[in-house]
Amino acid sequence: MTAVAISGVTKVFNPGRPDEVLALSDVDLTVADGEFVSLIGPSGCGKSTLLRLIADLIAPTTGTVTVAGTTAAQARRDQAYGIAFQQAGLFEWRTVRRNVELPLELRGAGRAERRAKAEEMLELVGLSEFAGHYPGQLSGGMQQRVAIARALAVQPPLLLMDEPFGALDEMTRERLQAELLAVCAATGTSTVFVTHSISEAVFLSDRVVVMSARPGRITAAIDVKLPSRDEAGRQAPAYFDKITEVRKALRG
Amino acid sequence: MRRVVPPVVVGVLALVLWELTVTLGRVAPFILPAPSAIGAQILEQRGNIVDAALASGANALTGLIGGTLLAILAALAASRFRLLGEVSVPFAAVLNALPIIALAPILNNMFESTSSVPRRLVTGIVVFFPVFLNLLRGLREVDPVHQELMRTYAAGGWTFARKVRLPGALPHLFTGLRQASSLAVIAAVVAEYFGGLQDGLGARITSAAAFTAYPRAWAFVAGACLLGLSFYLVTLLLERLAMPWRTRLIS
Amino acid sequence: MRRFLAVLAGLLTGAAAWEGYKAVGNPDGTVLFGVRVLPRADDLSMPHLWTIAERLGAPELTGGRPVWRVVVDACLFTLGITTAGFVAGALIGLALAVAMQRFRVVERGLLPYVIISQTVPLVALAPLIAGWGGVLMPPWATVAVIAAYLAFFPVAVGMLRGLQSPSAAGVELMRSYAAGWWRTLVTLRLPAALPYLFPALRLAGAAAVVGAVVGEISTGTRGGIGRLLIEYAREATSDPAKVYTAMLGAALLGLLVAGAVSLLELPLMRHRRHVEVATL
Repeated sequence: MTAVAISGVTKVFNPGRPDEVLALSDVDLTVADGEFVSLIGPSGCGKSTLLRLIADLIAPTTGTVTVAGTTAAQARRDQAYGIAFQQAGLFEWRTVRRNVELPLELRGAGRAERRAKAEEMLELVGLSEFAGHYPGQLSGGMQQRVAIARALAVQPPLLLMDEPFGALDEMTRERLQAELLAVCAATGTSTVFVTHSISEAVFLSDRVVVMSARPGRITAAIDVKLPSRDEAGRQAPAYFDKITEVRKALRG
Repeated sequence: MRRVVPPVVVGVLALVLWELTVTLGRVAPFILPAPSAIGAQILEQRGNIVDAALASGANALTGLIGGTLLAILAALAASRFRLLGEVSVPFAAVLNALPIIALAPILNNMFESTSSVPRRLVTGIVVFFPVFLNLLRGLREVDPVHQELMRTYAAGGWTFARKVRLPGALPHLFTGLRQASSLAVIAAVVAEYFGGLQDGLGARITSAAAFTAYPRAWAFVAGACLLGLSFYLVTLLLERLAMPWRTRLIS
Repeated sequence: MRRFLAVLAGLLTGAAAWEGYKAVGNPDGTVLFGVRVLPRADDLSMPHLWTIAERLGAPELTGGRPVWRVVVDACLFTLGITTAGFVAGALIGLALAVAMQRFRVVERGLLPYVIISQTVPLVALAPLIAGWGGVLMPPWATVAVIAAYLAFFPVAVGMLRGLQSPSAAGVELMRSYAAGWWRTLVTLRLPAALPYLFPALRLAGAAAVVGAVVGEISTGTRGGIGRLLIEYAREATSDPAKVYTAMLGAALLGLLVAGAVSLLELPLMRHRRHVEVATL
């Protein structure tokens, strides 16, 4: 089964008005189960729009979006995906644990179950000891880890991420990339990851989807098969070859 | 230490300077009584000050609670119904710029001038505006990330209001309440200058001034200041209790 | 335009509520548990709106000037006092804010008092300033003093916030240009403070109006709208509509001052972001 299937999708903002924009033009994309796909491209190429279409935060003008075998709208109602944004978007009035519990709460899960699940997710991102803290007391990187734990809390088959590490410094970013890969491997989650960093896309992904702007469309899809995804992987010649390939695709 | 010492030094210096100016400069008490004279009056009149402060405090508290409750209901309604919000905000902003305290003599007419109702009503009306305007702003301002997130959770309108909108507006509610708590005391005290029942601090200040007992009048002003300060501090305390995630209160 | 329509709609709703209550309310008010919770609806306590309008046109006393002339004159008198107090208070507030920004020790020593003074009813001092009239200054000036000290606090606090608002990067940039404190103040801090200054000035304007009205009442200064309010309130049993004309005058004064402050802001605040300033 495929995690995400997008076919013939076009998105027009403000149709029929002077400020009409063709944000996405005739996009096809499939993400297989357990696959990690990055979307990369210049600003305005519609990569965030594409992610929001999968999340059913906006509706396509034409074409169909299928998530986990059903419509995107149904998938959203089923909480079939977890999502994380560039801003952690934590609720400052909830403790870290209660932030992670939120999606479970809205699903109607019982107190004990919520708590157990939240503890498990915080363990996964290495923040168990901060469960009782408020977000305001955490650093930016820690907040983003809480946001990832929250996205994973309902154990969704699909993870959607919109530049989640964009606001972090390089060291924190590399550590979180490694953590994210470990989490995805442990849970078997499929991931769609929007980024504007070539190295990040190459390091994380099974496939890097390159997009171009005006109108936003997919120009290339590059399969990445790194020998390993760790420190050694970051120094492997294959890694640099792929970076060059993506860079060329972005320019071409 | 660095935060406490300078204000204390300034306070003590100001008091000493004040005392010296008045005694050495032979300033007449009707212009400025000496702090020592005021202090003596505070001790002598402490019973009267407490009684008058309790009367004014009760008026301020009733008006504060009534006005706040009404403002909360009004803000909820105005955030729920778009048209109401669009109309009420500019209107409230204009009314807020008017000297609302001038309503006191009219309210004395409409109700008995021998009851506490007019003063409490003035206080309630004065309190209403800052709470309403601040809370409504808070209810309207929702982090777009939170909005998208709740949409991905397929959360309905009521869930959204309960989990996001209301807790998110709490800081704004308290911003309004902080202003309102001080305004309540000011309105309750000053409303008595406009007539009506005369059992509070405002009446004590005017009657002492009328008898040219200026140190005594200043003593009642000091009582009014203490009352205002205690209202403000209680509000700060409530704020800390209601929002444990905020570590810094006054930025 | 929308603001104007909104205010108009609010006024019409208010007028409808007033006349509606007069039509259905108990003329003697509603008493619950010995407390009158709803006002008397008789013509003595709540005159018809058209009675108030007629009263504005009728002479103040038999054969005297029409009431509206008296009210407008009183408004202008108080407007003068308010302006004097507002300008003095705003200038002192500005100077204090600059001093607090320049010297940390001044800020540490004074700011707590400035903040505390906003939480306490200092306007209660008004009857005590009355003694200055005729001795230290003319009586009208005592009212201006009261208006000034109510106006000064919001300006001092708001302006300090504004002067401290430039980012560290901006300050460091000025340092790299070897600009001194004065140049930094003029080219960076003052422009950056404008969005903070104007909300503070609006608060100060409203506070100055309250100060002037309360000040006139407690100092017994004649000729202004505050005094008129009290005089007319005393005649309420025989001439109930009169006090409402004075109240309208007070409202007019508030509008005039708020409008004037907004006009001040218009040319300077174009293309600028607006910030919310809470002075407490």
